[in-house]
Amino acid sequence: MIKIPPLPSWVRLPRQPLLRHLLFAVVGGVFFYFLTQSLSDFNNFELGELAVYAIAIAGLSVLTGTNGQICLGQGAFVAVGAYTLAELEVHQSINLALQLLAAAAMAGAVGLVIAVPATRLRGPYLAGMTLLLALALPFLSDKYGNFFGGDQGLTVPPPSAPASIDPVKWLTWIQLFCALVVMLLLANLLSSRFGRSFRAVRDDEVAAALAGVHVARNKVIAFVVSSACAGLAGGLLALSSGVVNTGEFPLSLSIFILAGMVLGGTGSIFGAWWGSILVIYLPNQWSQSLGNTFHFNHLVSANFAVIAFGAVLIVMMLVAPSGIQGGLRWLGRRLVTLSTPTEPAGNISVSLQRATEPERSHDGSEAEHPPNGSGAG
Amino acid sequence: MRLFVNITLGGVAEGLIFASVALGLVLIFRATSIINFAQGAMAMLTTFIAFSVLGKGVGYWPAFLVALACGLLFGGVVQLTLVRPVQNKPPLNAVIVTFGLLILLEGVAGAIWGNTNRGFPAAFSQKGLVVGKTAIAFSHFDIFIVVAVLALSILVGVLFRFTTIGLRMRATAFAPEVARLLGVRVGRLLTLGWALAAVAGALAGLLVAPTSVFSPSYMDLILVYAFTAAVLGGLDSPLGALVGGLITGLALAYVGGYLGDSLQPIGALILLIVVLMIRPEGIFSRPTARRV
Repeated sequence: MIKIPPLPSWVRLPRQPLLRHLLFAVVGGVFFYFLTQSLSDFNNFELGELAVYAIAIAGLSVLTGTNGQICLGQGAFVAVGAYTLAELEVHQSINLALQLLAAAAMAGAVGLVIAVPATRLRGPYLAGMTLLLALALPFLSDKYGNFFGGDQGLTVPPPSAPASIDPVKWLTWIQLFCALVVMLLLANLLSSRFGRSFRAVRDDEVAAALAGVHVARNKVIAFVVSSACAGLAGGLLALSSGVVNTGEFPLSLSIFILAGMVLGGTGSIFGAWWGSILVIYLPNQWSQSLGNTFHFNHLVSANFAVIAFGAVLIVMMLVAPSGIQGGLRWLGRRLVTLSTPTEPAGNISVSLQRATEPERSHDGSEAEHPPNGSGAG
Repeated sequence: MRLFVNITLGGVAEGLIFASVALGLVLIFRATSIINFAQGAMAMLTTFIAFSVLGKGVGYWPAFLVALACGLLFGGVVQLTLVRPVQNKPPLNAVIVTFGLLILLEGVAGAIWGNTNRGFPAAFSQKGLVVGKTAIAFSHFDIFIVVAVLALSILVGVLFRFTTIGLRMRATAFAPEVARLLGVRVGRLLTLGWALAAVAGALAGLLVAPTSVFSPSYMDLILVYAFTAAVLGGLDSPLGALVGGLITGLALAYVGGYLGDSLQPIGALILLIVVLMIRPEGIFSRPTARRV
C-alpha cells in the first residue's frame, strides 16, 4: 500500500527533497574532493571504479527495491555502454559528456527492447530474459569480431585532463561526479510522482492499476532507468580500463552487481556504496589475503569470489534481506526509540520483514541520510 | 535437403534435452510459482559426481544411477534448507536465492574439479547411423536421448494422473490451502516436487555432457534455453514443456545450422521476445485470473 504523507501546503513539500538531496550531493562532493587529495594514485583509481559500480548498483537497486523487478544481467547493459563509448571513440571523437550520455542512452534503448515484452506479465520473465541477454551478448561480439574488435577489443584512451591536474585524479573526479549526479537524479526520481507509482506497482499491481497508474509503462520506465545507469557505468568503466573486450563482461559481472545490491541494501541508493566496496575488494584483495591466510589451493582461490558472492546472495536473502543499509537504519531507529521511551516500539522490526521494502515511505528522501538522522526528519 | 534433415534430427535431440530441463522448471513453477535458476547448476553438480564415480572405474550405468539418486536427494535438501524459508516471501527473494545457488554451485564445482573443459563419456556410440547408404546425424546416443526423455515424461505423466501421490501433488499446486485442509501434507509434497524436478535435471545433465564441453558452466545456456522452452509451453504445463522444448530445439538448430552457432543465444532471446509479444501465456497454459 502506498502511504501518502499529509501535505500541509503543496508549494513547500515538493521543493524540500530536491534541496535536501542537493545538500547531500554537495557534502558528498566536498568529502570526495578532500579524500582524493589525500589518496595515492592507485587508491584514487580504485575509488573511481568504486563510484562506477555504485552507479550500476544504484540503478539496479531502484529497479528491484522500489519497482519490484529484477535484472540478472546488469553486466550486459554495462557492456552495451562500454562498447558504445568505445565505438564512438574509434569512429568519431566527440565530447566526452556526449559519449557518456550516448552510452547511457544506448543501454536504455536495449533495456526498452527487453522490458516491453517482459513487463506485460507478472512473473519471472524479466529475470530469465536478462540472464539470457547476459549470456548471449559475448557471443554476439565474437560473431561480429570486425565491428567489436575481436579478442583484443577496442581501445579507449583516457580522457584528456587539464594540464594542471593529475590525469588519474581527473578521471576519478569525472567518475565520482557522475556517481553523485546519478544518485541525485535517482533520489529525486524516487521522491517524485514516478517514485510513488514505482512503489505502488511493487506493492500491488492491481491496486496500482485501479488507482490510475499505468503499470506496464511504469515498469518499462523503471527498467530503462536501471539499464541507462548500467550503460553510464559501462562507459565510465571503459575509460578507466582503457580497453573494451568480451572478457571484461562475463556473467560474473552481473552476479557481482546483484550481490552488491543485495548486500548494500535493496532499494537504498546510499547502500549502493557499501555494495560497491564489496564488488571492488572481494574478488581481488580480500580473496587474495584470505587465500594467503588459509592456504587455498589454486582451484579454490580461482573460484573463491564466485563462491563468496553466491553465499552472500543466499545468506543475505535468508537472514537479512534489507542489507547493510537496512541494518544501519534499524540500528538508527533502535537508538532513537531507546532515547525516547514513550514511542511505541512496534515499528522496529518492520524494515526486516520484506526485502523489497527496506524503507517505509520515503525511499529516496532517506537514501542519503546518515542512519540515525532518519528519525529527526 | 540432407543438411536440412540432419539439422532437424539434431534439433529434435537437443529439443528433448531442453524439454527435460524445462520439465523440471515447470514441475517447480506450477507448485510454487518459483523459477529455479539453479536447475542447471544442480544438474551440473550431479553430473560431476557421476564423473567422479566413473573415475573409480565402476562403469557407466552405476554412475548414471548415482547421479539420479544424488539429484533426488539434492533437490529435496535444497527445498528444505533454502527454498522453504523464502516460500512465502516476495517472489524476488526466491529468484535471488536460486540464482545465488546457481553461482555458488558453479564456484564449488570449480573449486573441486577445476574450471577446465573436459569430456564426458556417452552411454552409446555417438557415431551417426547409416540409413540405406547415407550416414545421418543421428546416433545411438541420440536414440537414447529420445527414449530417456520420453520415458521420463511418461513416468511423470503416469505419476500425476494415475497415483494418489500425483493427485495430491496436483491438488497442492492447484489450491494449497484447500489441500492442506483436506489432509494433504503440502510441505512434504513440495519437497518431493523439487526432488523429482532435480531428477529430471540430473538426467538432462547426463545427456548434455557428452555432446558439449563439460565444465562447471556447461549448463548455463541449456538452462536459459529450457527457460525459453518452458515459457513457450506456458510455464505450468508438463506437456507444454515437452512441446516447447522441441520447438526451441528445432528453432535453435536451424539458427545454428544456417546462421552459425554463436547466434543461437541471440536467436533464443528473439524467440522469447516474439513469444511474449504474440502469445505471452504460452501454448499450453491453462487460463488464469488474477485476484485482487
